[in-house]
Amino acid sequence: MSVARFWRKQQNRYNLIGNQCTVCGKYFYPPRGFCPVCRRDGKIVEHQFKGTGKVVTFSIIRSSSGNFKLLTPYVLAIIELDEGSRLTTHLVCDIDKVYIGMPVKRVFRKLGEEGSSGAIFYGTKFVPA
Amino acid sequence: MVGIISYGAYIPRYRIKIEEIARVWGANGTEIARGLGVFEKALPDMDEDTITISVEAARAAMARRKVDPADIGAVYVGSESHPYAVKPTAVTVGEAIGATPVMTAADYEFACKAGTAAVQTSMGLVKSGMVNCAVAVGADVAQGEPGDALEYTAAAGGAALIIGNDDPIAEINHTCSFTTDTPDFWRRENKPYPRHGGRFTGEPAYFKHVIGASKMMLEKMGTKPSDYTYAVFHQPNGKFPTQAASMLGFSMEQIKPGLAVTYLGNTYSGASMVGLSAVLDIAKPGDRIFMTSYGSGSGSDSFDITVTDVINSDLFNRDAAPTVSDLLADKKIVDYAVYAKHKGKVVMME
Repeated sequence: MSVARFWRKQQNRYNLIGNQCTVCGKYFYPPRGFCPVCRRDGKIVEHQFKGTGKVVTFSIIRSSSGNFKLLTPYVLAIIELDEGSRLTTHLVCDIDKVYIGMPVKRVFRKLGEEGSSGAIFYGTKFVPA
Repeated sequence: MVGIISYGAYIPRYRIKIEEIARVWGANGTEIARGLGVFEKALPDMDEDTITISVEAARAAMARRKVDPADIGAVYVGSESHPYAVKPTAVTVGEAIGATPVMTAADYEFACKAGTAAVQTSMGLVKSGMVNCAVAVGADVAQGEPGDALEYTAAAGGAALIIGNDDPIAEINHTCSFTTDTPDFWRRENKPYPRHGGRFTGEPAYFKHVIGASKMMLEKMGTKPSDYTYAVFHQPNGKFPTQAASMLGFSMEQIKPGLAVTYLGNTYSGASMVGLSAVLDIAKPGDRIFMTSYGSGSGSDSFDITVTDVINSDLFNRDAAPTVSDLLADKKIVDYAVYAKHKGKVVMME
Protein backbone atom coordinates (compact mmCIF):
# COMPACT_ATOMS: atom_id res chain seq x y z
CA MET A 1 0.00 0.00 0.00
CA SER A 2 1.36 3.45 -0.85
CA VAL A 3 2.15 5.83 2.00
CA ALA A 4 -0.32 8.44 0.69
CA ARG A 5 -3.11 5.89 0.33
CA PHE A 6 -2.69 4.76 3.93
CA TRP A 7 -2.34 8.31 5.25
CA ARG A 8 -5.67 9.34 3.66
CA LYS A 9 -7.47 6.75 5.80
CA GLN A 10 -5.27 7.19 8.87
CA GLN A 11 -7.91 8.76 11.16
CA ASN A 12 -10.38 6.00 10.23
CA ARG A 13 -7.83 3.33 11.10
CA TYR A 14 -6.38 4.96 14.24
CA ASN A 15 -9.56 6.19 15.89
CA LEU A 16 -12.39 4.24 14.27
CA ILE A 17 -13.78 7.35 12.60
CA GLY A 18 -16.76 6.33 10.50
CA ASN A 19 -20.04 8.08 9.87
CA GLN A 20 -23.76 8.05 10.49
CA CYS A 21 -26.84 8.96 8.50
CA THR A 22 -28.82 11.26 10.78
CA VAL A 23 -32.00 10.62 8.79
CA CYS A 24 -32.25 6.81 9.28
CA GLY A 25 -29.71 6.58 12.15
CA LYS A 26 -27.51 3.91 10.50
CA TYR A 27 -23.79 3.88 11.29
CA PHE A 28 -21.07 3.08 8.73
CA TYR A 29 -17.53 1.83 9.10
CA PRO A 30 -15.59 2.33 6.95
CA PRO A 31 -17.32 5.64 6.26
CA ARG A 32 -19.63 5.91 3.26
CA GLY A 33 -20.02 8.83 0.88
CA PHE A 34 -23.81 8.60 1.07
CA CYS A 35 -26.46 6.57 2.89
CA PRO A 36 -27.39 3.41 0.91
CA VAL A 37 -30.86 3.43 2.54
CA CYS A 38 -31.86 7.10 2.35
CA ARG A 39 -29.75 7.81 -0.73
CA ARG A 40 -30.13 11.47 -1.77
CA ASP A 41 -32.38 12.22 1.24
CA GLY A 42 -29.74 11.03 3.71
CA LYS A 43 -27.50 13.32 5.75
CA ILE A 44 -24.08 11.89 6.56
CA VAL A 45 -22.08 13.12 9.60
CA GLU A 46 -18.77 11.92 11.03
CA HIS A 47 -18.91 9.53 13.97
CA GLN A 48 -16.20 8.12 16.23
CA PHE A 49 -17.11 4.58 17.22
CA LYS A 50 -16.75 3.64 20.92
CA GLY A 51 -14.55 0.72 19.94
CA THR A 52 -16.52 -2.06 21.62
CA GLY A 53 -18.51 -4.81 19.98
CA LYS A 54 -18.87 -8.56 19.55
CA VAL A 55 -17.68 -11.33 17.25
CA VAL A 56 -20.19 -12.15 14.49
CA THR A 57 -18.05 -14.86 12.93
CA PHE A 58 -14.40 -15.72 12.54
CA SER A 59 -11.83 -17.79 10.73
CA ILE A 60 -8.48 -19.07 11.98
CA ILE A 61 -5.70 -18.31 9.51
CA ARG A 62 -2.93 -20.91 9.64
CA SER A 63 -1.11 -20.12 6.42
CA SER A 64 -0.39 -16.60 5.27
CA SER A 65 2.16 -14.48 3.46
CA GLY A 66 3.96 -11.13 3.55
CA ASN A 67 3.39 -9.09 6.70
CA PHE A 68 1.05 -11.73 8.10
CA LYS A 69 3.36 -14.74 7.79
CA LEU A 70 4.85 -14.39 11.27
CA LEU A 71 1.43 -13.81 12.88
CA THR A 72 0.03 -17.26 12.11
CA PRO A 73 -2.02 -18.80 13.52
CA TYR A 74 -4.29 -15.78 13.99
CA VAL A 75 -7.98 -14.98 14.09
CA LEU A 76 -9.63 -12.97 11.34
CA ALA A 77 -13.08 -11.91 12.51
CA ILE A 78 -16.14 -9.97 11.52
CA ILE A 79 -16.90 -7.67 14.45
CA GLU A 80 -20.20 -5.94 14.98
CA LEU A 81 -19.55 -2.64 16.72
CA ASP A 82 -22.00 -1.62 19.46
CA GLU A 83 -23.40 1.07 17.18
CA GLY A 84 -24.28 -1.60 14.59
CA SER A 85 -21.69 -1.38 11.82
CA ARG A 86 -19.58 -4.45 10.97
CA LEU A 87 -15.93 -4.70 9.95
CA THR A 88 -13.45 -7.43 9.12
CA THR A 89 -10.43 -7.24 11.39
CA HIS A 90 -7.59 -9.07 13.07
CA LEU A 91 -8.74 -10.28 16.49
CA VAL A 92 -5.70 -10.65 18.75
CA CYS A 93 -6.45 -13.56 21.07
CA ASP A 94 -5.63 -17.19 21.77
CA ILE A 95 -7.10 -19.16 18.87
CA ASP A 96 -8.75 -21.68 21.20
CA LYS A 97 -10.54 -18.94 23.18
CA VAL A 98 -12.47 -17.20 20.37
CA TYR A 99 -16.23 -17.77 20.04
CA ILE A 100 -19.18 -16.22 18.24
CA GLY A 101 -20.67 -13.49 20.42
CA MET A 102 -17.40 -12.83 22.28
CA PRO A 103 -17.25 -9.22 23.52
CA VAL A 104 -14.27 -7.32 22.14
CA LYS A 105 -12.64 -3.90 22.41
CA ARG A 106 -10.30 -1.93 20.19
CA VAL A 107 -6.50 -1.82 20.59
CA PHE A 108 -3.82 0.11 18.75
CA ARG A 109 -1.47 -2.21 16.86
CA LYS A 110 0.93 -2.37 13.97
CA LEU A 111 -0.95 -3.35 10.81
CA GLY A 112 2.09 -3.89 8.60
CA GLU A 113 5.21 -2.32 7.18
CA GLU A 114 6.89 -1.85 3.83
CA GLY A 115 9.97 -3.93 4.58
CA SER A 116 12.64 -3.00 7.12
CA SER A 117 13.26 0.48 5.64
CA GLY A 118 9.72 1.41 4.60
CA ALA A 119 6.83 3.06 6.38
CA ILE A 120 5.15 1.30 9.30
CA PHE A 121 1.36 1.28 9.25
CA TYR A 122 -0.63 1.43 12.49
CA GLY A 123 -4.31 1.13 13.24
CA THR A 124 -7.06 -0.65 15.11
CA LYS A 125 -7.30 -4.32 15.91
CA PHE A 126 -9.48 -5.97 18.53
CA VAL A 127 -8.89 -8.03 21.69
CA PRO A 128 -11.28 -9.81 24.05
CA ALA A 129 -13.03 -7.25 26.29
CA MET B 1 -0.14 23.95 41.11
CA VAL B 2 1.28 21.89 38.27
CA GLY B 3 0.75 18.18 38.66
CA ILE B 4 -0.44 14.89 37.26
CA ILE B 5 -4.04 15.19 36.11
CA SER B 6 -4.21 11.60 34.87
CA TYR B 7 -2.04 8.58 34.24
CA GLY B 8 -2.10 5.24 32.47
CA ALA B 9 0.15 2.25 31.95
CA TYR B 10 0.40 -0.52 29.40
CA ILE B 11 2.18 -3.87 29.60
CA PRO B 12 2.00 -6.46 26.79
CA ARG B 13 0.55 -9.87 27.74
CA TYR B 14 3.51 -12.06 26.95
CA ARG B 15 6.09 -13.07 29.59
CA ILE B 16 9.20 -15.21 29.64
CA LYS B 17 10.67 -16.61 32.82
CA ILE B 18 14.27 -15.67 33.62
CA GLU B 19 14.95 -19.38 34.19
CA GLU B 20 13.91 -20.10 30.59
CA ILE B 21 16.38 -17.53 29.21
CA ALA B 22 19.11 -19.00 31.43
CA ARG B 23 18.29 -22.53 30.20
CA VAL B 24 19.12 -21.53 26.62
CA TRP B 25 22.51 -20.13 27.62
CA GLY B 26 23.39 -22.95 30.05
CA ALA B 27 23.30 -20.64 33.08
CA ASN B 28 21.82 -21.14 36.53
CA GLY B 29 18.42 -19.48 36.16
CA THR B 30 17.38 -19.81 39.79
CA GLU B 31 20.54 -18.08 40.93
CA ILE B 32 20.30 -15.35 38.27
CA ALA B 33 16.64 -14.62 39.01
CA ARG B 34 17.27 -14.46 42.75
CA GLY B 35 20.37 -12.31 42.27
CA LEU B 36 18.56 -9.84 40.02
CA GLY B 37 15.31 -9.91 41.96
CA VAL B 38 13.51 -10.43 38.63
CA PHE B 39 11.57 -13.62 37.85
CA GLU B 40 9.67 -12.84 34.65
CA LYS B 41 9.84 -10.15 32.00
CA ALA B 42 7.27 -8.81 29.55
CA LEU B 43 7.76 -9.04 25.81
CA PRO B 44 5.73 -7.50 23.01
CA ASP B 45 3.23 -9.24 20.77
CA MET B 46 4.27 -9.55 17.12
CA ASP B 47 2.41 -6.35 16.25
CA GLU B 48 3.42 -4.26 19.25
CA ASP B 49 6.24 -1.75 19.51
CA THR B 50 7.04 1.45 21.38
CA ILE B 51 4.43 3.39 19.39
CA THR B 52 1.57 0.98 20.15
CA ILE B 53 2.60 0.76 23.83
CA SER B 54 2.75 4.57 24.07
CA VAL B 55 -0.68 4.95 22.46
CA GLU B 56 -2.26 2.36 24.78
CA ALA B 57 -0.74 4.03 27.87
CA ALA B 58 -1.86 7.49 26.71
CA ARG B 59 -5.37 6.20 25.94
CA ALA B 60 -5.55 4.64 29.42
CA ALA B 61 -4.72 8.06 30.88
CA MET B 62 -7.39 9.70 28.69
CA ALA B 63 -9.94 7.05 29.77
CA ARG B 64 -9.47 7.91 33.45
CA ARG B 65 -10.32 11.58 33.03
CA LYS B 66 -12.41 13.66 30.67
CA VAL B 67 -9.64 15.69 29.05
CA ASP B 68 -10.51 17.69 25.94
CA PRO B 69 -7.90 16.57 23.39
CA ALA B 70 -7.83 20.17 22.14
CA ASP B 71 -6.40 21.19 25.54
CA ILE B 72 -3.35 18.99 24.99
CA GLY B 73 -0.70 21.32 23.65
CA ALA B 74 2.31 18.99 23.77
CA VAL B 75 3.12 15.29 23.47
CA TYR B 76 6.57 13.98 24.39
CA VAL B 77 7.63 10.34 24.24
CA GLY B 78 10.82 9.13 25.88
CA SER B 79 12.22 5.82 24.64
CA GLU B 80 15.34 3.95 23.59
CA SER B 81 13.40 2.00 20.98
CA HIS B 82 11.49 4.49 18.82
CA PRO B 83 10.47 2.42 15.76
CA TYR B 84 11.71 5.15 13.41
CA ALA B 85 15.16 6.74 13.57
CA VAL B 86 13.60 9.78 11.87
CA LYS B 87 9.84 10.32 12.36
CA PRO B 88 8.51 10.96 15.82
CA THR B 89 6.64 8.43 17.92
CA ALA B 90 4.93 11.40 19.61
CA VAL B 91 2.98 12.46 16.49
CA THR B 92 1.33 9.04 16.23
CA VAL B 93 0.43 9.23 19.93
CA GLY B 94 -0.98 12.74 19.39
CA GLU B 95 -3.03 11.59 16.40
CA ALA B 96 -4.31 8.49 18.19
CA ILE B 97 -5.63 10.49 21.17
CA GLY B 98 -7.12 13.18 18.93
CA ALA B 99 -4.77 15.94 20.08
CA THR B 100 -3.44 16.90 16.64
CA PRO B 101 -2.92 19.34 14.94
CA VAL B 102 -2.61 22.25 17.43
CA MET B 103 0.17 20.77 19.55
CA THR B 104 3.93 20.47 19.67
CA ALA B 105 5.59 17.06 19.81
CA ALA B 106 8.99 15.47 20.08
CA ASP B 107 10.73 12.24 20.96
CA TYR B 108 13.23 12.09 23.77
CA GLU B 109 16.21 9.83 24.32
CA PHE B 110 18.11 9.67 27.58
CA ALA B 111 18.42 5.94 28.15
CA CYS B 112 16.03 4.92 30.95
CA LYS B 113 15.12 8.44 32.10
CA ALA B 114 13.79 9.81 28.80
CA GLY B 115 10.24 9.47 30.15
CA THR B 116 10.85 11.61 33.23
CA ALA B 117 12.71 14.16 31.06
CA ALA B 118 9.44 14.37 29.10
CA VAL B 119 7.58 14.95 32.39
CA GLN B 120 9.93 17.82 33.28
CA THR B 121 9.51 19.46 29.86
CA SER B 122 5.75 19.09 30.17
CA MET B 123 5.85 20.71 33.62
CA GLY B 124 7.79 23.66 32.22
CA LEU B 125 5.32 24.25 29.40
CA VAL B 126 2.32 23.96 31.73
CA LYS B 127 3.84 26.16 34.46
CA SER B 128 4.79 28.85 31.96
CA GLY B 129 1.26 28.86 30.56
CA MET B 130 2.39 27.88 27.06
CA VAL B 131 0.04 24.89 27.05
CA ASN B 132 -2.95 23.79 29.15
CA CYS B 133 -1.97 20.13 29.31
CA ALA B 134 0.87 17.98 28.07
CA VAL B 135 1.25 14.23 27.68
CA ALA B 136 4.56 12.70 28.77
CA VAL B 137 5.19 9.05 27.91
CA GLY B 138 8.01 6.71 28.89
CA ALA B 139 7.90 3.44 26.95
CA ASP B 140 10.23 0.85 25.54
CA VAL B 141 10.58 -2.48 23.85
CA ALA B 142 13.93 -2.80 25.54
CA GLN B 143 16.87 -4.26 23.68
CA GLY B 144 19.38 -6.69 25.10
CA GLU B 145 21.81 -8.83 23.11
CA PRO B 146 21.06 -12.57 23.20
CA GLY B 147 23.17 -14.16 25.93
CA ASP B 148 24.11 -10.79 27.46
CA ALA B 149 23.25 -9.93 31.07
CA LEU B 150 20.73 -7.37 29.77
CA GLU B 151 18.67 -10.07 28.10
CA TYR B 152 17.49 -11.34 31.48
CA THR B 153 15.72 -8.07 32.24
CA ALA B 154 15.13 -6.03 29.04
CA ALA B 155 11.33 -5.84 28.87
CA ALA B 156 8.40 -4.13 27.13
CA GLY B 157 5.95 -1.66 28.64
CA GLY B 158 5.31 1.97 29.37
CA ALA B 159 3.32 4.64 31.14
CA ALA B 160 1.85 8.03 30.31
CA LEU B 161 1.23 11.02 32.56
CA ILE B 162 -0.99 13.93 31.62
CA ILE B 163 0.49 17.04 33.17
CA GLY B 164 -1.72 20.04 33.86
CA ASN B 165 -2.56 22.85 36.28
CA ASP B 166 -6.26 22.29 36.86
CA ASP B 167 -7.28 19.96 39.69
CA PRO B 168 -4.33 17.56 39.56
CA ILE B 169 -4.76 14.15 41.18
CA ALA B 170 -1.19 14.60 42.42
CA GLU B 171 0.72 17.86 42.75
CA ILE B 172 4.37 17.84 41.74
CA ASN B 173 5.90 19.94 44.52
CA HIS B 174 9.37 20.03 43.03
CA THR B 175 11.69 18.34 40.54
CA CYS B 176 15.49 18.44 40.29
CA SER B 177 18.14 16.62 38.28
CA PHE B 178 21.68 15.35 38.74
CA THR B 179 23.55 14.83 35.45
CA THR B 180 27.12 13.99 34.36
CA ASP B 181 28.88 12.49 31.34
CA THR B 182 29.27 8.88 32.47
CA PRO B 183 29.66 6.20 29.76
CA ASP B 184 28.09 3.25 31.58
CA PHE B 185 25.69 2.11 28.84
CA TRP B 186 25.19 3.15 25.23
CA ARG B 187 23.93 2.07 21.82
CA ARG B 188 25.66 3.40 18.71
CA GLU B 189 23.76 4.47 15.59
CA ASN B 190 22.45 1.52 13.51
CA LYS B 191 23.42 -1.02 16.16
CA PRO B 192 20.60 -3.30 17.33
CA TYR B 193 21.80 -3.85 20.90
CA PRO B 194 23.27 -1.60 23.57
CA ARG B 195 26.62 -2.19 25.26
CA HIS B 196 27.37 -1.57 28.89
CA GLY B 197 30.18 -1.34 31.39
CA GLY B 198 29.17 -4.36 33.50
CA ARG B 199 29.83 -3.52 37.15
CA PHE B 200 30.62 0.06 36.14
CA THR B 201 26.86 0.58 35.68
CA GLY B 202 26.45 0.35 39.46
CA GLU B 203 28.50 2.52 41.79
CA PRO B 204 29.73 5.43 39.60
CA ALA B 205 26.62 5.39 37.44
CA TYR B 206 23.26 4.30 38.93
CA PHE B 207 24.03 4.88 42.59
CA LYS B 208 25.98 8.14 42.21
CA HIS B 209 23.16 9.75 40.21
CA VAL B 210 20.16 8.27 42.01
CA ILE B 211 21.61 9.11 45.42
CA GLY B 212 22.84 12.50 44.15
CA ALA B 213 19.43 13.61 42.83
CA SER B 214 17.55 12.12 45.78
CA LYS B 215 19.73 13.87 48.37
CA MET B 216 19.36 17.16 46.48
CA MET B 217 15.61 16.74 46.61
CA LEU B 218 15.49 15.91 50.33
CA GLU B 219 17.73 18.88 51.09
CA LYS B 220 15.75 21.30 48.91
CA MET B 221 12.40 20.21 50.37
CA GLY B 222 13.71 19.94 53.93
CA THR B 223 12.26 16.46 54.19
CA LYS B 224 13.44 13.07 55.42
CA PRO B 225 12.58 9.64 53.94
CA SER B 226 9.99 8.97 56.65
CA ASP B 227 7.97 11.98 55.42
CA TYR B 228 7.00 10.00 52.30
CA THR B 229 4.35 7.29 52.01
CA TYR B 230 5.94 5.72 48.92
CA ALA B 231 9.24 5.87 47.07
CA VAL B 232 9.92 4.81 43.48
CA PHE B 233 13.41 4.42 42.08
CA HIS B 234 14.51 3.45 38.60
CA GLN B 235 14.36 -0.33 38.54
CA PRO B 236 16.76 -2.00 36.09
CA ASN B 237 16.49 -5.00 38.41
CA GLY B 238 15.11 -5.61 41.88
CA LYS B 239 18.46 -5.22 43.59
CA PHE B 240 19.54 -1.66 42.64
CA PRO B 241 16.40 0.22 43.76
CA THR B 242 16.29 -1.78 47.01
CA GLN B 243 19.92 -0.86 47.74
CA ALA B 244 19.43 2.80 46.79
CA ALA B 245 16.36 2.99 49.05
CA SER B 246 18.31 1.47 51.92
CA MET B 247 21.26 3.85 51.40
CA LEU B 248 18.88 6.83 51.54
CA GLY B 249 16.90 5.54 54.53
CA PHE B 250 13.67 4.48 52.80
CA SER B 251 12.07 1.25 54.03
CA MET B 252 11.05 -1.81 52.03
CA GLU B 253 7.38 -0.98 52.82
CA GLN B 254 7.79 2.39 51.10
CA ILE B 255 9.27 0.99 47.88
CA LYS B 256 7.49 -2.37 47.51
CA PRO B 257 4.22 -1.05 45.96
CA GLY B 258 6.20 0.70 43.19
CA LEU B 259 8.62 -2.15 42.56
CA ALA B 260 7.01 -3.52 39.40
CA VAL B 261 10.28 -4.90 38.02
CA THR B 262 10.01 -8.27 39.82
CA TYR B 263 7.48 -9.72 37.37
CA LEU B 264 7.81 -7.14 34.59
CA GLY B 265 11.52 -6.67 33.95
CA ASN B 266 13.23 -3.42 33.06
CA THR B 267 11.07 -1.39 30.70
CA TYR B 268 13.93 1.13 30.31
CA SER B 269 12.28 4.56 29.75
CA GLY B 270 9.03 3.18 31.14
CA ALA B 271 10.50 1.70 34.32
CA SER B 272 10.16 4.43 36.95
CA MET B 273 6.91 5.73 35.41
CA VAL B 274 5.30 2.27 35.50
CA GLY B 275 6.45 2.09 39.14
CA LEU B 276 4.82 5.47 39.80
CA SER B 277 1.63 4.27 38.07
CA ALA B 278 1.54 1.22 40.37
CA VAL B 279 1.74 3.58 43.36
CA LEU B 280 -0.95 5.93 41.96
CA ASP B 281 -3.16 2.83 41.52
CA ILE B 282 -3.39 2.54 45.33
CA ALA B 283 -2.55 6.04 46.58
CA LYS B 284 -4.88 7.99 48.87
CA PRO B 285 -5.30 11.75 49.22
CA GLY B 286 -2.44 13.19 51.26
CA ASP B 287 0.04 10.44 50.38
CA ARG B 288 3.46 11.80 49.50
CA ILE B 289 5.50 10.07 46.81
CA PHE B 290 9.23 10.30 46.22
CA MET B 291 10.45 9.29 42.76
CA THR B 292 13.93 9.25 41.25
CA SER B 293 14.61 7.96 37.76
CA TYR B 294 17.95 7.05 36.25
CA GLY B 295 19.16 7.15 32.67
CA SER B 296 22.54 5.87 31.62
CA GLY B 297 24.90 8.37 30.18
CA SER B 298 24.03 9.56 32.95
CA GLY B 299 21.40 11.41 34.89
CA SER B 300 18.64 11.18 37.47
CA ASP B 301 15.43 13.20 37.80
CA SER B 302 13.88 13.40 41.23
CA PHE B 303 10.24 14.28 41.97
CA ASP B 304 8.37 15.18 45.15
CA ILE B 305 4.66 14.46 44.65
CA THR B 306 1.59 14.87 46.89
CA VAL B 307 -1.65 13.05 46.07
CA THR B 308 -4.74 15.29 46.27
CA ASP B 309 -8.44 14.75 47.05
CA VAL B 310 -9.15 14.83 43.29
CA ILE B 311 -7.95 11.22 42.96
CA ASN B 312 -11.17 10.15 44.75
CA SER B 313 -13.44 12.76 43.17
CA ASP B 314 -15.89 12.61 40.26
CA LEU B 315 -13.27 14.28 38.05
CA PHE B 316 -11.21 11.12 38.02
CA ASN B 317 -12.13 7.47 37.50
CA ARG B 318 -9.24 5.20 38.46
CA ASP B 319 -11.26 2.12 37.45
CA ALA B 320 -11.65 3.28 33.84
CA ALA B 321 -8.30 1.70 32.91
CA PRO B 322 -6.44 -1.38 34.14
CA THR B 323 -4.04 -1.04 37.08
CA VAL B 324 -0.42 -2.18 36.83
CA SER B 325 -1.42 -5.21 38.95
CA ASP B 326 -4.22 -6.02 36.48
CA LEU B 327 -1.80 -5.74 33.56
CA LEU B 328 0.78 -7.94 35.27
CA ALA B 329 -1.84 -10.56 36.14
CA ASP B 330 -3.09 -10.85 32.53
CA LYS B 331 -0.19 -12.83 31.14
CA LYS B 332 0.80 -15.64 28.85
CA ILE B 333 4.13 -17.37 29.49
CA VAL B 334 6.13 -18.33 26.39
CA ASP B 335 9.33 -20.28 25.80
CA TYR B 336 12.55 -18.90 24.34
CA ALA B 337 11.66 -19.90 20.76
CA VAL B 338 8.44 -17.88 20.81
CA TYR B 339 10.26 -15.05 22.60
CA ALA B 340 12.90 -15.00 19.83
CA LYS B 341 10.14 -14.78 17.20
CA HIS B 342 8.36 -11.96 19.03
CA LYS B 343 11.58 -10.00 19.49
CA GLY B 344 12.48 -10.23 15.80
CA LYS B 345 15.49 -12.44 16.46
CA VAL B 346 14.32 -14.90 13.78
CA VAL B 347 15.73 -13.74 10.45
CA MET B 348 13.23 -13.99 7.60
CA MET B 349 13.60 -13.38 3.87
CA GLU B 350 12.24 -9.95 2.90
